[in-house]
Amino acid sequence: MADELIKPDELLSKIDHRPSGAGWMDTPVDIRKGMYCYAANPKSVDTLGLPNARAWNPLEEDWKLPENWQQIIHDGFRERLDKFRSFKVYMDICVRCGACADKCHFFIGTGDPKNMPVLRAELLRSIYRNDFTTAGKILGRLGGARPMTLDVLKEWWYYLFQCTECRRCSVFCPYGIDTAEITIMGRELLNLLGLNIDWIATPVANCYRTGNHLGIQPHAFKDMLDFFVEDIEEITGIQVDPPYMEKGADILFITPSGDVFADPGTYTCMGYMLLFHYLKEKYGLRITWSTYASEGGNFGFFTSHETMKRLNSKMYAEAKRLGVKWILGGECGHMWRVISQYMDTMNGPADFLEEPVNPITGTKFENASSTKMVHISEFTADLIKHGKLELDPSRNDNKIVTFHDSCNPARGMGLLDEPRYVLENVANNFYEMPANTIREQTFCCGSGAGLNAGENMELRMAGGFPRANAVKHVHEEFGVNMLACVCAIDRAALPASMEYWVPEVDVTGLTELVANALIMPGEKERETDLRGEPLPGMEE
Amino acid sequence: MNKNYMVSLIAVIVLFLIAYVGTQQGAGLQVLFGIIVPYLAIILFVVGFARRVMGWSRSAVPFRITTTCGQQSSLPWFKQAKIDNPSSTLAVIIRMFLEIVCFRSLFRNTRMRLSGGTRMTHQMELFLWIGALAFHYAFFAVVVRHLRFFTEPVPIFVTLLEQVDGFMRIEVLYDIVQAGLPGVYMSGLVLLAAVLYLFLRRVFIPQVRYISLAADFFPLFLIVGIALSGIFMRYFAKVDIVAIKELTMGLVTFRPSVPEGVSAVFFAHMFLVSILLAYFPFSKLMHLGGVFLSPTRNMTGNTRQVRHVNPWNYPVKVHTYDEYEDDFREKMVEAGLPVVKMPEEQA
Ligand code: HEM
Ligand code: SF4
Ligand code: SF4
Repeated sequence: MADELIKPDELLSKIDHRPSGAGWMDTPVDIRKGMYCYAANPKSVDTLGLPNARAWNPLEEDWKLPENWQQIIHDGFRERLDKFRSFKVYMDICVRCGACADKCHFFIGTGDPKNMPVLRAELLRSIYRNDFTTAGKILGRLGGARPMTLDVLKEWWYYLFQCTECRRCSVFCPYGIDTAEITIMGRELLNLLGLNIDWIATPVANCYRTGNHLGIQPHAFKDMLDFFVEDIEEITGIQVDPPYMEKGADILFITPSGDVFADPGTYTCMGYMLLFHYLKEKYGLRITWSTYASEGGNFGFFTSHETMKRLNSKMYAEAKRLGVKWILGGECGHMWRVISQYMDTMNGPADFLEEPVNPITGTKFENASSTKMVHISEFTADLIKHGKLELDPSRNDNKIVTFHDSCNPARGMGLLDEPRYVLENVANNFYEMPANTIREQTFCCGSGAGLNAGENMELRMAGGFPRANAVKHVHEEFGVNMLACVCAIDRAALPASMEYWVPEVDVTGLTELVANALIMPGEKERETDLRGEPLPGMEE
Repeated sequence: MNKNYMVSLIAVIVLFLIAYVGTQQGAGLQVLFGIIVPYLAIILFVVGFARRVMGWSRSAVPFRITTTCGQQSSLPWFKQAKIDNPSSTLAVIIRMFLEIVCFRSLFRNTRMRLSGGTRMTHQMELFLWIGALAFHYAFFAVVVRHLRFFTEPVPIFVTLLEQVDGFMRIEVLYDIVQAGLPGVYMSGLVLLAAVLYLFLRRVFIPQVRYISLAADFFPLFLIVGIALSGIFMRYFAKVDIVAIKELTMGLVTFRPSVPEGVSAVFFAHMFLVSILLAYFPFSKLMHLGGVFLSPTRNMTGNTRQVRHVNPWNYPVKVHTYDEYEDDFREKMVEAGLPVVKMPEEQA
């Protein structure tokens, strides 16, 4: 794969942001290698009982669609117009002013006009006008309407899986039109025809059965944490002992399984373990893990609302079963969008939990009083503010850090200052990227919403370009060598993007930095950070 | 591209000519263009508009998907962006007010460039914001000024607006138009200039050209046609205002009549307005109503604090803990993980 990946210079030189040629309705879709993800494995689609499971190949002419696929799309479209005001309003009110056009990282990185958010939405809108509006029926193409055909369906599929549902476009739209919402609806419709991608369908099936996307079975999950226990002991001399499914624990902790599985997320996972151990030793706080609810992320969100709900249900169910007071959530992007904007509505009310209070500081997390789930950055920030963590930020001195806001916590929640506060307290060298690329205007890693597969690497690198370019800027300006984030997908996706665009920069989770700085009671003199790299002054 | 705007341009010209020719002395369609069409247009506008808005309102709002454009309400020492990430109704109202009155999101607009092909920059881009504001306020002013034709006595705010709008008096040196030239209304000129700008950006900015449909040019040309015919009547043709007011007052008092001396340009002007009204509910112009209902902007962002209820929430099939334990019990026990039932208890 890697050897055929286009070179960065070449990728850039191909980009032309001035669309030309035939109109977009007359430009047929060209499903190009490197830009799409493989079709869903029928077994995975079947596990969830989702419709039309079958083997099919996007490159083949015949997608083996059910006979009445047009009717299915039409009916599904109508149903969603009734169920979601957002969808209906967004179908009607876009003025095609183009303000959103150059805000999408996929348009910036590919120059493909159908990656302008407005056109991505028009792919659906053109069908909407044709099927559901008087003007569309009368005016036809003049009114921007066109009938649903196989080519249109393929176009939908190709471009709806080139949107990471990052919602950057919605910040700039004068009407707040949220193209992510439109993509979500479009993907739901595609799923009615069994047209998911495997990078989403298989994690979803895994998560349903084993409790996490990676399909790690309970004993293996424990094995992996045991592995970290050993590493932690080697580095700090501390023996941590994470509890599993402890009934009556104070807090249930849920984080994406990606952090258990792959570097550099693993270091963040070790960070959690150290932090929780610290809190247990110093303050007697009992925070438990669960293998049943061992997934914070929710690729069901990228499939359909129903699938999202089915996967998400485990969080509250497990908290209830264990009788904890409230839930603490790890670093993840889309996980927090689901928690923030869907969970309570879908699977609440969580009246069996308590309104979250930090037992150590007494702080009430009022902003989470209904959902009863607190973000690890909020929690850590509160501990730091009240001086409950003994920290030595100089241990992170060889890291010159910048912070990447993940799309979902930024634009679907507003978690902006909490991680920065933590970061400033655990690291001495922190530089922001340019203002148009952070906070609510942050650029996506380029691989969110289920697109961080291997086969679509060119798409991911193109989509990752704007983020990487801003990192490159601070790398050149301030010597930044570490990109911190609070998202497991970022930790899976950004290393590849950095290696491609700014190889000098590494990626870290925030809690990894916290744990590096955290002075554990009874620790030996640390010589390395959690990665086994020498601490500043310990080189040699 | 030129097909899209040529079609719209021709459509508007044809519409103009239909009314212009149809109301010439002798053609005798004054009643059609002066009374029947305007009434039909109003009915279409009101009914169509109401149906659209009711259609939107009928759809559920299952989730609270705000776009949070700033710091959430959080721990006390973090300063919340109260307007961009609102957690109270008042803050939402302020946010919506700023959106609708100041086009706040459009104000954020930036323009991305790749300088040297490798360095991404984002510059502030205010032209669209200025152009859109100018266009909308000018349009609004023109609409309000026209109330003078539909009210008797004319309300004070209309007269006031006219005075503000018309404070600028231009010396026109050509003999023919100099005599009795009324004060020039800025709104008309700004409207024309802004529409021209909106048109030109659709033609010259490649991205905007690419996304533009005939349906995007049509209202622009229609408005140009309305504005030009209006300006022509006011400053050049010197139409019979008294007769026109008789006609318009007849319309609003439901005693319609077509007085003598109303010129064909006026009928054409009113015909284009009727088309705009009739077209409105079936087009993107409905953003006027939709902006109020946009879920990303008109709801609070405090979804974790206040539960949102989904009217169609339904139970789904889940994989329960018990089923999970049944699937993995032996492995769990072997790994020393707690289980609820020991393997021997399992049926
Ligand atoms: C929040 C409020 C509004 C915003 C942000 C807004 C924004 C815009 C923008 C950006 C355009 C772009 C036109 C173009 O690119 O061609 C436009 C067009 C237009 N708007 Fe609005 N608008 C708003 C409310 C209204 C209202 C209240 C009206 C009432 C009549 C209106 C009527 C129009 C018309 C007639 C056009 C021109 C038609 C066209 O360009 O196709 N808008 N608006
Ligand atoms: S910014 Fe909004 S209204 Fe303008 S083109 Fe994009 S989606 Fe449409
Ligand atoms: S949500 Fe993000 S990826 Fe999707 S169209 Fe908008 S900016 Fe592009």
